[in-house]
Amino acid sequence: MSDTVRDAPTGSPSSNGLEDPGARSGATRGRASAIVGRTRDAFAATPIWAALVGIVGIGWVVVTLDGGTFFASGNLTNILQRSVALGIVAVGQTVAILAGSLDLSVSYLISLASLVGAETMDGRESMLVPAILLTLAVGAAVGLANGLVVTKLRVNPFIATLGMALILRGYIENNYDRPTGSVPESWESFGYTRMGPIPVSIFLFAGVALIVGTTLRRTRFGYHVYAVGGDEQVSVLSGLRTHRVVIAAHVICSVCAALTGLFLASRLGSGTPRVGTDGGYDLESIAAVVLGGTALAGGRGRVAGTVGAVLVLAVLDNVFNQLELDPFLKQAVRGVVIIAAVAVYAQRRKGRQQVATGTAAA
Amino acid sequence: MTDATLTPPTGPTPAGDVVEAPPRPSLAARAWRSVARSAPIFAVLAVLLVWIAVENPNFTEPPGFLAFLKRAAPLAVLAAGQYFVIVTGEFDLSVGSLVTVTVVVAAQVLADNPDSTLPVIALVLLIGVAVGIVNGLITTRLQVPSFITTLGMLLILDGAVFYWTDGAPKGSLTEDFRTLGRGGVDDVPGLEQLPWSVVVFLAVGVGAVLLMRANLGKQFMAVGDNDRAAGLSGVPVARVRTIAFVLSGGLAAVAGILLGGFAGVSAQVGDGLEFQAITAVVLGGVVLGGGRGSVVAAIAGALTLEALFTLLNLLGVSGALEDTVEGVIIIAAVAFAAFRLRSDR
Amino acid sequence: MRKRRWIAGIAAAALLAGACSDDSDDTEASGDDGEEAADIQGGLDSEFFSQEEMDAQLAMRDMEPEGPADKPWEQAIQPTYVDTAQYAQPGGGWKVCFSNAATDNPWRQVGFTTMQAEAALHPEIAEFTVLDAEASDDKQISDIESLTGQGCDALIVSPNTTATLTPAVEEACATGIPVIVFDRGVNTDCPVTFIKPIGGYAFGADAAEFLVDEVGEGGKVLALRILPGVDVLETRFAGAQQIFEENGIELVGAEFTEGDAANTKSIVSDYIAREGELDGIWMDAGATAVAAIEAFEDEGLDVPPISGEDQQDFLQKWNDDELTAVAPTYPTYQWRTPVIAAVKILNGEQVPEAWNLPQPKITEETLPDYLNPEMGPLFYALCGCQEMPGFPENWQ
Repeated sequence: MSDTVRDAPTGSPSSNGLEDPGARSGATRGRASAIVGRTRDAFAATPIWAALVGIVGIGWVVVTLDGGTFFASGNLTNILQRSVALGIVAVGQTVAILAGSLDLSVSYLISLASLVGAETMDGRESMLVPAILLTLAVGAAVGLANGLVVTKLRVNPFIATLGMALILRGYIENNYDRPTGSVPESWESFGYTRMGPIPVSIFLFAGVALIVGTTLRRTRFGYHVYAVGGDEQVSVLSGLRTHRVVIAAHVICSVCAALTGLFLASRLGSGTPRVGTDGGYDLESIAAVVLGGTALAGGRGRVAGTVGAVLVLAVLDNVFNQLELDPFLKQAVRGVVIIAAVAVYAQRRKGRQQVATGTAAA
Repeated sequence: MTDATLTPPTGPTPAGDVVEAPPRPSLAARAWRSVARSAPIFAVLAVLLVWIAVENPNFTEPPGFLAFLKRAAPLAVLAAGQYFVIVTGEFDLSVGSLVTVTVVVAAQVLADNPDSTLPVIALVLLIGVAVGIVNGLITTRLQVPSFITTLGMLLILDGAVFYWTDGAPKGSLTEDFRTLGRGGVDDVPGLEQLPWSVVVFLAVGVGAVLLMRANLGKQFMAVGDNDRAAGLSGVPVARVRTIAFVLSGGLAAVAGILLGGFAGVSAQVGDGLEFQAITAVVLGGVVLGGGRGSVVAAIAGALTLEALFTLLNLLGVSGALEDTVEGVIIIAAVAFAAFRLRSDR
Repeated sequence: MRKRRWIAGIAAAALLAGACSDDSDDTEASGDDGEEAADIQGGLDSEFFSQEEMDAQLAMRDMEPEGPADKPWEQAIQPTYVDTAQYAQPGGGWKVCFSNAATDNPWRQVGFTTMQAEAALHPEIAEFTVLDAEASDDKQISDIESLTGQGCDALIVSPNTTATLTPAVEEACATGIPVIVFDRGVNTDCPVTFIKPIGGYAFGADAAEFLVDEVGEGGKVLALRILPGVDVLETRFAGAQQIFEENGIELVGAEFTEGDAANTKSIVSDYIAREGELDGIWMDAGATAVAAIEAFEDEGLDVPPISGEDQQDFLQKWNDDELTAVAPTYPTYQWRTPVIAAVKILNGEQVPEAWNLPQPKITEETLPDYLNPEMGPLFYALCGCQEMPGFPENWQ
C-alpha cells in the first residue's frame, strides 16, 4: 500500500527520495534547518494544527462577543492544564492504533495507577521514586498482557482490551472504595506549579510526546510499527517479528496510561477508583487520536497530530466553559466535530490516492 | 481428507485380516458433536441454564423460564441488530444511546398525547431507521470508519436528547405503550402468560434467520468476507452496509420499546448496552471483521450473557468479581473462536 | 487441540472461581442466627463509617431548627454563627461564582434550576457564573482555579469528591474570597460555611426505622443500593444497617443496581424467587423505586413496605396504589441556601459555620402536600421551589 511508504519517517510526503533535506549543507546550520524542516513537515502533515488555529480564532471571537477575555492568562493555564492528562494517554493510544491495534482498558488502568501510586507513596518523599517505578511496571504488565492476548491468542483488540477493562474494573471495585493513599508534597506541587501562566506539568506531556514521536519516526522500531499497522501480512512476509512490535506498542500505550494515572494522583492528592472513568479517557483518547489524523486501521498518522487534537479539544472545552454552555450540547458538538474531521481526512486520502493512481474523481 | 474407514481396503492387509469399520457413534454423540462444532455457545448456554435450574427450581417451570426470556429479550433483539452490522465487517456503537433516545422521546411525546401509542411506536422506529441510514451513509459515502461514525453518533444522540430534556427525562410511558415490554397474552394453555416481549423476540429471531437465508443475507456475508470481491461480483456494497445499519438502528428502537416497557422511564436505560450487544455477538462466535457466524448463535450469545448474570446473582457472587469473571470469559470465548477459525482454514 | 482445551479450561476455572469465591454461598450461611445470610459489602464495615457522626445526625433529627418554619432552606439546626463583616461589600453589583460538580442526574438538575431561580431573586447579584465539572475531579480543580482568577466576590462549591477537592478549595480560600461549600464537604475548615441537610445516616435510619415498625423483628428486608464507594450512599446504608441490627431485621441482601431500572427489577424478581417472599424493601435512593414496586406487581404479589425518596413518580405510585411507604429526603432546597448565604456574607451578616438544614421525611400524612402530577417523573418534591417565579414551567 503506497500510503505506508509515504508516511514512513523518511521525509515529507512531497519529497522525492530518502534524503533528509538539510543533512548535507554544513554541520550546525544544516542541523538547525533540518529541525525546522522536520517541524514544518510535522505541521504540514497534520492539518489539525491549522484547525487549531482556526478554532482558537473562532473561540476568541465568540468569547469576546460574549463579554469575556479569551487570552487571559488564567484561560491559557486552563487549556494547557486540561491537555496534560488526556494528552499523555492519547500519545500512548496513538502508538497502539498505529500498530493496527487499540486499547479500551486505559481508563481503568489510569484509575488503578493512581491508586497503586498514591498508596505506595503513602505521603512519603522517600517512596516517590519506588512508587513511580512500581506503577509504571504495573502499566507495563497490563500492556504486556493486552499485547499477548491480541497476538498469541489472536483475540480482536476491541474484545481483548474490553475484557481487560472488565478485569481491572473488578479488581478495583473489589479492593478500593474511596480515595486511597496520599502523595507527598513534591509530587503534589508538580500538578499545581506554574511558571507564569504555563503549568509545569505541560512539560511532562511535551516530553512524552517528543520521546514517543521521535521513537516512531526516527527509529527502526518506529518504522516497524508503521509497517505492521499498515499491512501485517506484508510485514510478516518481510520478516518482521510483528508480534513483538504489537506487544511493545501495547506496553507503550499502557505505560502512558499509568503515567497519566500518576499525574492525576498529583492533582487529586490521592488515588481514586473513579478518576479514569470520570474522565472518559478510553473513548476520548481514541477520539483524539483519530481527530489528529491517525487512521483507525493503523499505519498512518503522527503523534504531532494527536497533540494538536488534544489541544483542539481543550480549547473547545474552554470556550464552552467560558460561554457557560450546556455540557450536553458540548457532547453533541464533540460528536459532530469528530465525525466531520475524520470524514475530511478520508476525503483527502481518497483524493490523494486518485491523484497517485491517476484515476480522476468520477 | 477422505474418511478412510468408509471403504475397506481391497486385498489382504498386512495382518491378513479384513479391516472392519469402527462402530458409528451414537445419535446423541453425533448431535452433540455437530452442535459443539457449529457454535460452542449453545453448549455453554445449555450448561448455564441447567446450572440455574439446579440453583432455582422455579426456573424449570414455564413462568420462571419465560420471566428469564422476558428479561433477556431486549438484549437478544439488540444482539440480532448488531449481528447484521458485525457480519458486514462494521461496528455500531450508537445502539445504547439509541435505546435511551427511544425511551426518552416516547415518554416525552406520550406525556402530551397519551392515546397515541401506535404513532409513537412508529415514530421511534422511524428515528431508529433514520439514525441507521445516517450511520450507513457516513460510513459508506464519507469513508469514515464505522467505529468512529457510531462513536460520534453516540455522543450526538446522548448530548442531543439530554439537551432537549434538560438532563432529566420528562413525561412517562403509558400503560398501553408498556404492554409490549411488560405485558403478555393471558390464558395461553400450558403457560400462564406468554409475554409479548418473548413473542417479539421470537419474531425477530425467525425474521433474522429468514433474512440470512435470503439473498440479502448472502450479500451481508459476502460483503463482510471480502468487500472488494463482493463489489466486483455486482453486490451493491454501500447499500448492503447501509441496510445493515438500518436494521441495527431499527432493532435498537425495538429493544428500547421493550426495555422502556419492562422498566419504565430512566435516564440511563441505554448505558453500556452497545458493549453488551457486541459482547453477546462475539460470544456467539461471530468474528469481528465479518463474514462468519450465524444470527442464532449471536442471539444465543445474548441469552448466555443474561444467563451468566442471572447465575452469578443466584450464586451470590459479589458485584465486583462479576466484572472480572465476565472479562475473562469474553477473552476466552473470542480466543476460542479465533483458534477454531485458524484451525478450520 | 491442547490450546483449545487450555483456553476452555481457563474460562471454566474463572467461572468456578467466581462462583466459589470467598463470598459466602447463600445456602451455607442461611442457618446462622441473627447474622446476615448474604455477603454485605460496605456500610458499617466501610472506611467511611463514623459512629460519632452518625449519633450526631440521629440526634439532630429531634432538634428544633432556628429560622422561619415555612422556609426550611433558611433554617439551621443548633447553629454557631461566624462574623462575616470582613467580606461585606455594600451596594450590590456582586459577581457570585459557582463550581458545580455535575448536572448529570435529575437530583442535581432540579437543584441547579432551583439555585438559578434563587440567584435571580437577588438583584444585588449582578453576575452568576457557573462552571460544570462534568463529574470529573480533575476538571473541577481546574474550574476552581479558573474561577479564582476571575474576580469573584464569593465562591460557591459543590465538590465532586471530598478528599481530592480539598487542596483546590484551600487554595481558593487563600485568595481571601469567601468560600461556601454545600452538599458534600471538604476536609478543611477554611470555608466560611458548610451547608448540608442533616445527612446520610439520618436518611438511612429514617427509612430503616419505618421498616422496623412495619415489618417487625425477624422480617426479611432486601436493601437496594446504587453503587459502592459513594460516601453519601455508604452513610445511608450504614445508618440503616445499624438500625436493622439493633432490631433483629434480617437483611437478606444488599445489591447494587447501578441506578438502572431494568437491573433493579431483575434483582428484585430474583430475590423473590430465591427467598419466596420479601417483607420489606430498603432503598438508598428513589430513582428506581417504581421499578422495584413493579417487580412485585409483575409476580402478582402485594407490594411490601418500601422506602423511597421524594421523586414524583414514586410519590404518585405510592398514592395511587395505596402502598405502605415512606420517603426520606435529601432535599434539593439545599441548593437555595448557598446563594442566600452568599448574599448574607456579602452584606456582612452572620452565618452559621456548619449550616445544617432540616431533612424532613414524607409520610402517609404529608404525602398529599408534596404530590404534584403536573411535574415530571424525576422531579424532586422537596425543592422548595413551588412558590418561586417561573414554577412549574422552568422545572418541567
